[in-house]
Amino acid sequence: MDFGLSEEQELLQETVRGFAQNECPTTRLRELFDAGTGHDPALWSGLVEMGIAGLIVPEEQGGAGMELLDLALVAELLGEFAVPGPFLGHSLAALGVTLVADPAQREAILPGLADGSQIATVALQESAFGFAPGEWTAKIEGDRVSGTKAIVPSAGQADRFLVGLQGGRLAWVDAKGEGVRIEPVEGVDRTRPISTVHFAGAPASLLGGDEASAWRLLDAASVLLAADAFGAASKLIDLDVAYSLSREQFGQPIAQFQAIKHTIARIATDIEPARALFWYAAHAWDHLPEESARAASVAKAHLTDRAMDAARQSVELHGGYGFTWECEVQMWFKRIMFDRSCLGTPDRHRERTAELGGY
Amino acid sequence: MDLEYSAEHEAFRGRVQEFLKGWPLTGAESKLPMEEQEAIFRKRGIEAGFVYRSVPKAYGGSEQPRDAIADRIIQEEFYKVGAPRDLLTQGAGMLVPTLLEFGTEAQKERYIPPALTGEERWCQGYSEPGSGSDLASLQCQARLDGDEWVLNGQKIWTSSAQRAHMMFGLFRTEPDAKKHDGISYLLVPMDRPGIEVRPLKEMAGGHEFNEVFFTDARIPAGNIVGQRGQGWQVSRATLVHERNLIGNPFMMREAFSDLLALARSRTRDGRPAIEDPGIRRRLAEIEGYVQTCELSNMRQFTAANRGEMLKVMRPMMMNKVFSTDTMQRIARCAYDLLEGDGVLAPLEEELDKWGRTASPTGWVLQYMFSLGPAIAGGATNIQLNIIGERGYGLPRDLRRTS
Repeated sequence: MDFGLSEEQELLQETVRGFAQNECPTTRLRELFDAGTGHDPALWSGLVEMGIAGLIVPEEQGGAGMELLDLALVAELLGEFAVPGPFLGHSLAALGVTLVADPAQREAILPGLADGSQIATVALQESAFGFAPGEWTAKIEGDRVSGTKAIVPSAGQADRFLVGLQGGRLAWVDAKGEGVRIEPVEGVDRTRPISTVHFAGAPASLLGGDEASAWRLLDAASVLLAADAFGAASKLIDLDVAYSLSREQFGQPIAQFQAIKHTIARIATDIEPARALFWYAAHAWDHLPEESARAASVAKAHLTDRAMDAARQSVELHGGYGFTWECEVQMWFKRIMFDRSCLGTPDRHRERTAELGGY
Repeated sequence: MDLEYSAEHEAFRGRVQEFLKGWPLTGAESKLPMEEQEAIFRKRGIEAGFVYRSVPKAYGGSEQPRDAIADRIIQEEFYKVGAPRDLLTQGAGMLVPTLLEFGTEAQKERYIPPALTGEERWCQGYSEPGSGSDLASLQCQARLDGDEWVLNGQKIWTSSAQRAHMMFGLFRTEPDAKKHDGISYLLVPMDRPGIEVRPLKEMAGGHEFNEVFFTDARIPAGNIVGQRGQGWQVSRATLVHERNLIGNPFMMREAFSDLLALARSRTRDGRPAIEDPGIRRRLAEIEGYVQTCELSNMRQFTAANRGEMLKVMRPMMMNKVFSTDTMQRIARCAYDLLEGDGVLAPLEEELDKWGRTASPTGWVLQYMFSLGPAIAGGATNIQLNIIGERGYGLPRDLRRTS
């Protein structure tokens, strides 16, 4: 009976933190944010070198064979430093392939994802509303995929797409191949660019799967987005503390006013205890199949919602400066907007929580 | 991370469950007044090693080796069947740990055993009319006269003083010392001349707390715990007993289940309220808080078990605010589900059940009662100061006095 991280997991977090501090300090993040590409090949190769690209790829296919909890701990830190890049889509694509592909397909696909020679991403959601597998309409005829996918993360960097089809099946598509048109969309979170992707008879390999396996993939996505939102909100607390200590009014740091102190304490009390939600949801995904779906939806709904509250409070706490482009807060504010709205809003996940909980 | 219990602990759970088959009592024992039944079962719990595990046998405890996982199993299993376990009264919960740390041998022998059984009931004399959150400014005076302390002044918000045999309280014994250094921790028999208990009626209609007046009341000089002027440190020490701080996660889940049951029993537009999409979302949001409470508790419990409490100082200092807020969300949602029944007054017979009755009026009471924890035992506003200052390094408020 132990609900805590292992030494290896703590070390993994320290390693990623060290990397992010050195390679993605706020100054560098700001350059990437303003450039708007949402990608930095050097940052991604750094993560690949640390083995992050293949963290959850089985060892037989050249990965580290770790669990979703480990991946979520990485996601937390990438959220804390708002690290740009294809981590989310790439990780989910690798997970999806591992979940549904046959051994030969896994052997063909996964080693390239694990060693970073290929970048992959997921094309699941079809519109602002249709995130659930039952609402996917993309079709495969023969070995050709047709359909339109919205909110595809890092499509511009991807070599391969994992595409969600009618009935929750998944297909593997060459992003540079014929019949694929990528239409970049101006996303609010400039650290994770999005596109609409049109597939018109694009050559594909059908991997398999059904609605249940598709939900399992979405549950993993919920955990990673929840972890990212937790990391981002933790960063905002740090920014709030630092700003309130340095900003003076009426001859004293504003942190000394209870209005400010209590605001920060409230934000922290909303966020810090909820760390346990994404830990648990990840652990449940790895080991407690009966709890897994509900835990993922609770974590996604609660953490992204609380993080959004924290972000709004943080803007307000920074005063007029908080509302500027220059202020750092907006970068995490928008990171959380993405985490909250992508692949199911808190409302949608609460409906699912109620359904699965037999309310 | 591993949420399975070891075979050894599963076997321990089996022994606890076996023992709990003895509750509720049967036969002639089941005819006794509930308080006596609980006392009988608690005594058996001590003999079996499941109750008062951290109190030495010499003082009436069961003196078991420290094992946080075993403690949790006992807490869980006892809670499931509603069996009486360690009393959480002022006596057993607050005085006993204080005496174990600071009491003389004679004090431990005299006071701990009857506090554990509840035969001797205690109240806590801390707050005064002018000293609430700023407790160390207290003015209630104790002056040494020969071999007696002479007490004068007033305490307030003294819960269960009307039933208490004894009070442990803070009194100013060194009027010339700085405010924190002039206080002593005294043990006061409530039957002494010059002590008057006056009831305070609560807003919900019940009577649990009181005012206590001291007019030249005399108690033996030896009724002091620790040294003169050390009372502040003595009273703070109980707060660092981590197990008191982690709290009971099972209570919250039970309250949430009660809320779900209420949502099933109330109607909205002719259908069970629980089928309403808005209600369902709201319930699911509350469950997010409930689950956070449970899991944060489990994380702290693991840290305690590993001897890594420093890693969870922040979530630990948030427990009171978080659980208070969560209980308020539950009560507020229940109150809304009552719709028009929210105008009803609680029934007389529900008042001493603290809102744990699932009737509409019981929920009305709970809606009001849920405000209490935001005030008692360290008000939420003060807790937020502590979180900001000790948890996140924000500067202390400007204070007029040191």
